[in-house]
Order: sequence, then structure tokens, then C-alpha cells
Amino acid sequence: MGQIELKKVTKRFGETEVIPPLDLVIGEGEFVVFVGPSGCGKSTLLRLIAGLEDITSGTIEIDGQDATAVGPAKRGLAMVFQSYALYPHMTVRKNIAFPLKMAGMDAAAINAKVTAAASVLNLTDYLDRRPGQLSGGQRQRVAIGRAIVREPSAFLFDEPLSNLDAALRVNMRLEITELHQTLKTTMIYVTHDQVEAMTMADKIVVLRAGNIEQVGSPLELYRTPRNTFVAGFIGSPKMNLIDGAEAAKHGVATIGIRPEHVTVSKDGGDWQGRVTVAEHLGSDTFLHVASDLGQMTVRVGGEMNVRHGDTIWMTPDMTHLHRFGADGLRTP
Amino acid sequence: MATKASRTAARMMMAPAVIVLLGWMLVPLIMTLWFSFRNYLPLRGGDLGFAGFDNYVRFITSSAFWPAVLATLTIVLGTLIITVVLGVLLALLLDQPMWGQGIVRILVIAPFFVMPTVSGLVWKNMFLDSVNGLFAHAARAIGVTPVEWIIEAPFFSIILITSWTWLPFATLILLTAIQSLDSEQLDAAEMDGAPKIKRFWYIIVPHMSRAITVVILIQTIFLLSVFAEIFVTTAGAFGSKTLTYLIYQRVLESQNIGLGSAGGVYAIILANIVAVFLMRIVGKNLDA
Repeated sequence: MGQIELKKVTKRFGETEVIPPLDLVIGEGEFVVFVGPSGCGKSTLLRLIAGLEDITSGTIEIDGQDATAVGPAKRGLAMVFQSYALYPHMTVRKNIAFPLKMAGMDAAAINAKVTAAASVLNLTDYLDRRPGQLSGGQRQRVAIGRAIVREPSAFLFDEPLSNLDAALRVNMRLEITELHQTLKTTMIYVTHDQVEAMTMADKIVVLRAGNIEQVGSPLELYRTPRNTFVAGFIGSPKMNLIDGAEAAKHGVATIGIRPEHVTVSKDGGDWQGRVTVAEHLGSDTFLHVASDLGQMTVRVGGEMNVRHGDTIWMTPDMTHLHRFGADGLRTP
Repeated sequence: MATKASRTAARMMMAPAVIVLLGWMLVPLIMTLWFSFRNYLPLRGGDLGFAGFDNYVRFITSSAFWPAVLATLTIVLGTLIITVVLGVLLALLLDQPMWGQGIVRILVIAPFFVMPTVSGLVWKNMFLDSVNGLFAHAARAIGVTPVEWIIEAPFFSIILITSWTWLPFATLILLTAIQSLDSEQLDAAEMDGAPKIKRFWYIIVPHMSRAITVVILIQTIFLLSVFAEIFVTTAGAFGSKTLTYLIYQRVLESQNIGLGSAGGVYAIILANIVAVFLMRIVGKNLDA
């Protein structure tokens, strides 16, 4: 249950090709995150899998069955929307019960399932309220509750945390990860936030303009980004990409070094620069540096006493240097 | 922003408009109330002094009163049912993406801008007329005797005309309501296994319920005072005399201003009851 396979799937809106031919296998029980900048087609891809949009060509297989022409309700997938899409005129109980009611289940069974889902999601006290009377996090849980009662073969999440404040987002991120560990159901999660992708995913799919740039585990993507786009997109703060003479020394068009793989010194080192902004977080210090090689960001563990205008020296850790050819692809 | 001085200034600047509006409203209201207690017969002696509540009693005890109430209700309810049901369906249809959307929407609204007298005459002469009307031509074309619509089905004819005028209004309000529905809700319902009909009943109709109520209340207020459509078609004959028409007859045909004014006061009370509900719902709408 819960294996999804896309074969040569394409999508066009009129003349514009949103998804060029795309192949992807999502294994059973995996937590897959689609990540990419806005407009990269990740939500469209999710809607294609859900069946809310028709694919232009190619096939979608769910659990080995061709589901290309199957309606969204019959695919056995449940979706949590960005706006939560709760039914505002129904109570929380009726919202969660809606898919079961549509499936024609009898009232006693519906009641039992709704009660069970509500207790898992800490919604028992709110069952008779309307969505309008709930906080953002509670609405989010109702949306998840409505998805889990159906016992789908896979869950689809469309940027579910983007409407929550930062603290709540961290919380819900944990809750969704825990939910995945409990249910062991396949989950496909769309986000533009690479931190969400890194923390939650078993497998990340990085998309740009409908193309898959790289598929892999979070650490694979972190350690061996396939091209400069993935290198710049995954990791926070962003990897420093340097081209020109310095890259030529390494025999490539572009070199990349992550902020955490640079040693900073006030006395001497390979590259010299002037601090433009120093962000002191306590645990780390992020320095934004104007250097001869361009604007760079470096991370220093703990506290470092530097201020705007100070001159510092940076030495990259050569074992963590990424090399990219003129075509942007990684070279060994 | 809201200092004491700025609030005072705001009140001063609003005052002329408020005073004009109040005067516009209050003068006719007070005159109607005044006349309703007078025995005022312009062609039979003029103002003959106070009549107490005689006019009020006479108006509702008249044999024409209850039929007029019934006629009013028939026209109001008939028009409401037709405009709301067709309005919802037309709104659904117009919400679909199509070629020439803008022009179609303007055309749909057009009947609302036609004056009631004009639409009454157009319908009476061009559609309902038993000799030259389109319906009569159609009937003859299929070998059926043309129906004398205004004589044989006066309520149907009047409701047809008022519905034609008010359908665009209902459609327009309901269309904006449909357009404000979050499409993700429909997607969610589709994922939840609700087919089109159920999505309509469980998602679209509840979403439109407030707009439907507003349409019903606004239309009720205006339909209670339907006059021109009756005046130019049946002229109150064939049992199609509404309360408004009865008041008109009392004042102008019977030349009894006191009696007509008493009827007018009843109409004001009736319209205000509806208006109170309307205010509440529209007010709630603005809060939400």
C-alpha cells in the first residue's frame, strides 16, 4: 500500500509546459518532500498525483495500478491544503466525518472513528466548534484529522505550515513527523522551505521549472549536490558559490563552500574580507562578508567578537569544497 | 486620528447630508401619518376633520383587503422562488470560464436596468398578447389556440415580468457569492469523495446561504411595492390587486386620501419588519 510511480508525466496549461516529462518513484511508507522556489511546479505535481488536475501525457500508477484516469476520490489519497480548506459551516466533528459520510459509512462507525482521530490530535474538546473559532494550529489539526480518518494509502500535504507563525510551525513539523512514524503511511509533502524539507524528509525531490534537479536523502543533497542550483537551495545559510580566478585554481568554473566549512580568523588565512553584518545568535555567529571573491556568508560556532567593518580572514576546509563545471554540474 | 476635534469636524461635515436625508424621509412619513387620521376626500368636501382610527379599521375590514394580501404574497413568493432557484443555476453557469465572459455578464444584468413600466408594456404587447405576441405566434405555429395570458393567468403573467426584472439582480449577487468560495474547499470535498451534486449541496449552497437570504430580503422589500407591472397589464383586474395597488385605488380612484394613507402606514410597518431582518443579516455580513 502506498507506492506511487510517475512515468513520463507531463502537464501543459495551454501553450505553457509546466511539467516536462518526469519520472519519479515514491516508495511505500516514505516521507517524500517536494521542494523548490515558488512557481517551480511542485504544487501542480502534487495536484496531478491527487487527480485534481488531469495530466497531459504519461501515466500515474498507485500500488501498481494505473490510476491515470481514476478520479481523485477513488485514488485512496488524502490531501491537506495550504488554506486547510475546512468547511466553515460545519463543526469540527462534521468536518472530520465528511469523507466518511460521503463514503456511506454508518453513523456509529463514523462516530467511533472521529472520536479516535480527535483524541490522537487533541481535538476532543473542540469537536462542536466551527473552524472559525479555532486557532491556526487547531485548524491544521482538523485538516489532518479529516485526512487520517479515511485511512488513505498516502497523504498529500500542500504547504500545510505556511500559514502558521514560526513557533507553531516548528511544533507542527514535529507533530507531522511523529504522525508519519506512528502511521507509517506514505506522505508527500510540498514546501518551499528547505528547512522543513531537511528536517522531515526521508527523500527530497528538488524541483526547478518542473524539472527534477535531484532526488535523494537530506544528507545526500547536503553532501553531494548534483548542480549549483541544488547546492544553493539546500542548506541554510546558503552555500557560497565562487567563480572566476579562484575557481579556475581548482580547474572548474564554480566552486562552492558552505558557511559552516570555513574557518574564520582575525590574524590570517586564505581569503580576506570585511564584515558587513554580524548576526549573533549565541550558539552561532553568522558573518556576512564583503570579500575580493564577492559577498560571502560564514558561520562561526559560538560567540565571536567581530563587528561591522572588521577585517577577517577565511580559510575553506578543502575536504568540503564542491566543484561545479561550466554546465553547473558537479565534478568530482 | 479620532481626536475630539476631528470627530466634531466629521459630524459637522456630515450634518448637511444627514439633515437632507432625514427631511426627505420624515416629511412624507409624517404627512402620511397625519392624513391617515384625517377624513380627507378631495372631491367630496376636502379635509373633513379627524377620523380617529376609522381609516385603519375600514382599510383592513374592506372586502378587498384579504384578497389583496393574498395577491401580494403570491407575487412576492412566486418571484422569489423563480429568481432564487434560477439565480443560483445561472450564477453557477456564469461562473464557468467561457469565451466572451465579460459581455455575457453585462447582457445578463441588462434587464435590471429596464424600467418596470417599459418591461411591463414590452411583455404585455410583444410576448403575452393573444394576437400579436410571440407566445401566440408560437402557439399557432404548433396548432394550439393562443392563450389570453393576462386574462387567464394574470398572476403567472405578472410574476413572469417581475422575475424577468429581478433575476439579474439575484444572479449578480449569487455570482459574487460563488466567486468568493475558496476553490480549495471544492478540491477538498472532491478528494473526500463528494461527487458534483453533493459538492453543490454540502459546500456551495451553505456558502451561498447568506447571499440567498440577502437576495430574498432585498427583493421582498421591493416586490411588496410592485405597481407598474400591474398597472400596465391587468390594471388590478382578474384578482391581481395587491396591497400597493389597493392603496393606489383608494387614493386616486376612490379619492379617499385618509383611507389610502392608512393603508400606506400598514405597508410601512410591513416593509420595516422585513427591513429589520435585512439590517441584521447585512450587518452580520459586514462583521464577518
